[in-house]
Amino acid sequence: MDEAKGARVIAFVLRVIAASITLVLAGLGGAVTERSGVVDLAIEGKLLFGAFAAAVVGHATGSLAAAIAAGVLAGMLVAAVQVGCAVGLGADQVIVGIGLNLIALAGTRFLMQVIYDTGTNTPPCPQLSDNVLANPLAWIAVTAAIAVPLALHRTRWGLRLRAAGDRPDALRAVGVSPLRTRLYAGLVGGALSGAGGAKLSLAVAGFSADMAGGRGYIALAMVILAGWRPAVAALACLGLAIADALEIHIEITTAIGRHIPTELAHLVPYVLTLVVLVVWSSKARQPPAALGKPE
Amino acid sequence: MKARDRELYAAGIALLATVAIGSALVMIVGRGPGHVWNQMVVRVVTDPARLGQVVYRATALALTGLAVSVALDAGLFNIAGEAQLTAGVLACAVVGAGLPEGTPWLVAIPLCALAAAAAGGAIGALIGAGRAYRSAHEVITSIMLNEIVAAIVLWIGNTFLFENGTTTGPPIIAGARLPQLIGGSSANASVAIAAAAVIAVWWLRARTTWGHALRAVGRDPEAARAVGISVERMQVVAMTLAGALAGLAATNFVLGDRHAFEEGLGRGFGFIGLSSALLGRLNPLGIAAASVVLAFLSVGGLAVEDLVPKELPEMLQGVVVIAIAAAVPWTKRKARA
Repeated sequence: MDEAKGARVIAFVLRVIAASITLVLAGLGGAVTERSGVVDLAIEGKLLFGAFAAAVVGHATGSLAAAIAAGVLAGMLVAAVQVGCAVGLGADQVIVGIGLNLIALAGTRFLMQVIYDTGTNTPPCPQLSDNVLANPLAWIAVTAAIAVPLALHRTRWGLRLRAAGDRPDALRAVGVSPLRTRLYAGLVGGALSGAGGAKLSLAVAGFSADMAGGRGYIALAMVILAGWRPAVAALACLGLAIADALEIHIEITTAIGRHIPTELAHLVPYVLTLVVLVVWSSKARQPPAALGKPE
Repeated sequence: MKARDRELYAAGIALLATVAIGSALVMIVGRGPGHVWNQMVVRVVTDPARLGQVVYRATALALTGLAVSVALDAGLFNIAGEAQLTAGVLACAVVGAGLPEGTPWLVAIPLCALAAAAAGGAIGALIGAGRAYRSAHEVITSIMLNEIVAAIVLWIGNTFLFENGTTTGPPIIAGARLPQLIGGSSANASVAIAAAAVIAVWWLRARTTWGHALRAVGRDPEAARAVGISVERMQVVAMTLAGALAGLAATNFVLGDRHAFEEGLGRGFGFIGLSSALLGRLNPLGIAAASVVLAFLSVGGLAVEDLVPKELPEMLQGVVVIAIAAAVPWTKRKARA
């Protein structure tokens, strides 16, 4: 391989990793939350509040580390409300998730009004490096992609978490509270999604209204496609980023010899998800047995 | 406590909780909650144009709310109201503009309404069939379809409909226009369509065998199957009907107000239908009442924009959803105790 070609391949790989950070973190977060038995429709809300908190704290402190920490905390806060309502109070989990997303969409704009007197953009905050190797969130995403599957299957925490999702009664029988287990799982999931949100605003040095743009829903779809296996979910999210980076619509354009309208070009992940869900109705894709049930 | 009292109780608690949280938010922006709520009521009630806007918004919310409740009766979450309404808007406007000029309203309006319902219903049927026969979870397929339909409809608009640089399509014929009701507002005769839908769904649900079968599927699919109900067919039919109801809301926007296809027309109402369905406790009459409450909240929120940011009442639409979800199990526990 000549040098120029090698450099291009490396640049491409780095670009894919950079582009996939938010989805991979959100996918891992969603997988952790769902495996503990809590439907995670609130990923979008965690991304939004995570992105917003990171931008606000980043602007106030000028510190990238503080901004990321704020994003993580915001994701955990949303998760605490979600698990509190859904498991603590027994509210319907799908409804709680959608409600939180509605609140996040209007709430981030409301807080922008209150703090900065504008409803569209926050003032500039520190920006993540374009070099993915110098991007702490990239390292967090890679670490999480390895650590989360290991933790789920090789630690007592993971065993309890999976039991809370499959057999909460059995967990209670051995003296462990499913509520507390789900709360801890939700907090970890929220932290991951919050970090994914921080990437959104810190990559462009500011928060803008509705900047998650449906990524939270896509991440959840990937979790389901992956059969609730976090490693597979992370790979599926990475795959989407590859599809995007390859500018797949250009590939198709050359294949069918016609131009694909720009309005439809961004639909590739949505259509793919839909087709896979409908065509490949897999028995291997079984949700956690107690998913969506209060306890 | 009787079941209906319990539902009313839950809705009341959720509303109170929402007002309490709203009041806390009002205080955050440094205003007195009493003053803001009072101004909200006064400014809406004393202004016919704003009252008309309440009717206009409630008309759409009642239909998109029914679209959620009919599906949920069968145990399915229809959160594709956005897709169904958008498809309905497109179909309604295309038929309305395509009819020969001079078509009498008695023909034109039913045709346009039918087109809107059919477009929304087709999307509902797709989701229902995916769930019933391919076990593709309806929440996920709904989310995907919301994006897909929005993009396709925009593409159709850009490619075939929008006139020289605008985002508005050709106007519908005069015979397809529904009369305005209150001057200075968008309220129109499609409120009668919504009212008819409320009564029809109420009757179907409470008074027909089909309605009981529908709810049996939602309560316990296995038990329903055991007594000979085809669960799969019921799911598809319920989602189709749900989609048709959401699509019908297009009449409010196209036939009653804008008289053409416009980019983004009706956006958001499909989603907020979830709030009206849940606050109305899936009872059609309750949904009608909840739609008025939520419409009042939106219009009132805009009316007091000089006092509090308009994002505040928007947030409350989400708060009310969570409050009702939390209040229902709570009142059930109370009833058992």
